[in-house]
Amino acid sequence: MSPPVYSGTFGAREAERLLWRAGFGPRPGEAASLAALGLNGAVASLLATGKDKLKGPKPKDGRGHGLSPNDAWGHDHLWWLDRMVRTSKPLVERMTLIWHDWFATSNNGVNSQKLMLGQNETLRRLALGSFRDLLLAVTSDPAMLLWLSGAENTKDAPNENYGRELMELFTLGADRPGGYSETDVREQARSLTGWTYQWKHSGPTKFRYDPSRHDPGTKTVFGRTGTWDWFDAPRLCLEHPNHASFFVQKLWSYFVPTDPDAPTRSALEQLYTSGGYQIAPVVGAILKHPDLYTGPSMVKPPVVYTAGLLRALNRSIDTSDWVWLDEQAGQQLFYPPNVAGWDDSRWLDTASFRGRWYAAATALGKTSLDPGRNAGKLPADETQLLDRAIASVGSPTVEDGARTLLLDFGRNALADADADWKLQTYPVLIYNAMRQLLLALPEAQTC
Amino acid sequence: MDARCCNDFSRSKLLRRAAAEAGRGLPSIEPGMPLPAGTGLTRQRFLLGSAGLALGLYGLNGLRPEAIEAGVARAAAGPANPVFVSIFLEGGADRLSALYPASDPLYRSLRPKLALDGAAGPVFAEDSRLHWHPGLVPLSRLHAQGKVSVLPAVGYTDADQSHFTSRHYWEVGATDAQLSTGWLGRYLDVAGAPDNPLQGLSLDGELSPTLATAHVPVAAIDAPASYSLDVQNVWGDVETRMLETIRELGVRLGGDDPARSLAGTVQVQAHRLHEQLEPFSGGNPPVPYPGGTFADQLSSLAALIGAGLPLRCVSLSAPGGYDTHSGQPAALADGLTQTATTLEAFQADLEARGVADRVIVHVWSEFGRRVEENGSSGTDHGAAGIGFVIGTRVKGQMIGQHLDLQNGIDDEGNLVATADFRGLYCAILEQWFDQDASAIIPGAGGFTRPQVIA
Repeated sequence: MSPPVYSGTFGAREAERLLWRAGFGPRPGEAASLAALGLNGAVASLLATGKDKLKGPKPKDGRGHGLSPNDAWGHDHLWWLDRMVRTSKPLVERMTLIWHDWFATSNNGVNSQKLMLGQNETLRRLALGSFRDLLLAVTSDPAMLLWLSGAENTKDAPNENYGRELMELFTLGADRPGGYSETDVREQARSLTGWTYQWKHSGPTKFRYDPSRHDPGTKTVFGRTGTWDWFDAPRLCLEHPNHASFFVQKLWSYFVPTDPDAPTRSALEQLYTSGGYQIAPVVGAILKHPDLYTGPSMVKPPVVYTAGLLRALNRSIDTSDWVWLDEQAGQQLFYPPNVAGWDDSRWLDTASFRGRWYAAATALGKTSLDPGRNAGKLPADETQLLDRAIASVGSPTVEDGARTLLLDFGRNALADADADWKLQTYPVLIYNAMRQLLLALPEAQTC
Repeated sequence: MDARCCNDFSRSKLLRRAAAEAGRGLPSIEPGMPLPAGTGLTRQRFLLGSAGLALGLYGLNGLRPEAIEAGVARAAAGPANPVFVSIFLEGGADRLSALYPASDPLYRSLRPKLALDGAAGPVFAEDSRLHWHPGLVPLSRLHAQGKVSVLPAVGYTDADQSHFTSRHYWEVGATDAQLSTGWLGRYLDVAGAPDNPLQGLSLDGELSPTLATAHVPVAAIDAPASYSLDVQNVWGDVETRMLETIRELGVRLGGDDPARSLAGTVQVQAHRLHEQLEPFSGGNPPVPYPGGTFADQLSSLAALIGAGLPLRCVSLSAPGGYDTHSGQPAALADGLTQTATTLEAFQADLEARGVADRVIVHVWSEFGRRVEENGSSGTDHGAAGIGFVIGTRVKGQMIGQHLDLQNGIDDEGNLVATADFRGLYCAILEQWFDQDASAIIPGAGGFTRPQVIA
């Protein structure tokens, strides 16, 4: 049985939600053109493979220089944020972000932007391929080998760090019936022994598998005995009966906030295992599922929110402020809080709200109107001001409730103008404030 | 890691940070290293609505947070207390640069690279052998107005040269590694209220060990003391309306959808926080301040005192890194300049608000530095160091004296102390707080009290 497919209206509003959930929100006009493809066509276009063409001006730091993502502090964040803004393959970029959270590796432990970007490239290359390939690549990835002590795991001194997270966070989940035991953790650690690297003055280099550091003995993992090595350890996890359900549940949760029902779950698991651990078919099925379009909304992750602002405004990366703004909003790329990834239940509190508020203010800053120079040039009419403001922020859907409140705001603020200079300048201030409010609305924080 | 810091310093900072996070599992502290006072006190977040402050509360001892609004109101309604502000120069500030004996031959021979020229800084009026570091010129101005008492060599005998241990001694007010309450914390335990955490306020975000109490609650400012939501080219009436609309949008557009409703709730909270913190954001201090966190902290503090909030003991760190093992001239000049210019603005602010007679400031460091410079334009850990007490009510006269280096260096090449920090603490307790020091400072009877307050 295949998973259910959404059959309701697929208009601009639905396309907008799809672009936020599967990417970084629409550029102006993008929702309408995606809607014109219909649901199947829209999802197919998101899944389409091929080279990513980045559109628009190249990223710059605040001084107008190009980025040095391998070296300069914060430029790693700017570099990736730029890809999110300019990509023509938003789903690939979004999946890369999902894998960054799934296999959460922090440069706080790795201390090498170069290695972090190397991992990022791997995640992007395999983003919609086979989870088996992805898991093997992550297991032997230099940043991961440093982050979870894989390169310190030797036959004489086994280190369980990666072996445990491989099962707990990456493939099987903790404390589930029929799960793994502490003996499995120790045996997996033995299987994974043998990775090493060299220290050069430039940092760690020459990551490689050295058989002389590997424990060649037999290991018993999940009751299966063999002379397992780093190639077998991930495979044994994928073949564990708990893996498919873990994979489907976790992947689903990145796109839909409510749990899938039992038939959906088993249909997706089947799609996954029968397809040989291919990721794209499962993602495609989730993106067409009725729950995505008819169910409740989700809080936009902070960098998704930020990248979306820049896409909607057609603005490129031209300041380093995005690093601290996103950090304040709760998500600095390459620095997840721990190996379990970001805690999305903490993405909206008063501190992160202010981060988002300032992200919006910063995004709008360049196009905000100076009241001195524009005095008398805008209509003293709240409806006209609001329509102009909506058009200037990429024409997002604005629901009736929000529209009413924004018009109330405009009308009341215009009524405050009790002097001639105020009559001239308040429309400009109101226009600027309306743009800010449109980007900070509850419906703009969610999708 | 800052190359200027010694390893011991960096490690002790890490240890302290970890220790301050109670319940997170204490790091293994090496034998002989004292635990910072207050280690293990639990922290509870609280928004004090009446004062508009986001606080971390310590030492509630079963007190319900709801009782605190009432406690603060009661304390604020009582007579205005004297306020004491403790400012820490972290890392061991170099006294022989802060106040330098320009023509002492040993100064010039032991500090061939670092010695400052006599013309560099103004002469110290009370002892013409000494000059102020150029960065301390603002303090020399306050001194000329009789508002600064200088301690040219404050410390204790057999000074411990570990940052961690010596700082602990200063924090607890005794050379006792086991003591787990701060000297100001013990004062509050005796003289403070059971329900007014503002009486001991740490401005650095986490509990200052100096303020660690055993019985009464104290607080740390949790969030920045302001919650601005500025937008370019939106101001005046329109800004006010915009901020109200944030709240309206939050209230009216939340709805049933959980994520939307969360977004709405957060908007309402953000608006509320903004309103509550507005009075104390230091937005319009009556005098200009230089920029920086320290200036923000002190201008907010002046606003809190000016608004009549019931503060007694306040603690924070000065800007700058004073552990100058290398590259000392630039680092020290930077730190001292920022600190002194801000302190001068703070003093003017207190005076403009009419509360200057209620406040004194004590500036201290865990030790001074070695007299002889090292090979990398820096100095290593020493013994006696620099201190200042500032305010309109201070006596404005040197505490202890300056000894020519011929007579003023101990066997280890460090400055000999001519004033004991515990004697200073006793004097502050007795002369400023009118509190018998024997209940607060161990062995109080054995220390000479300098005249601190006029």
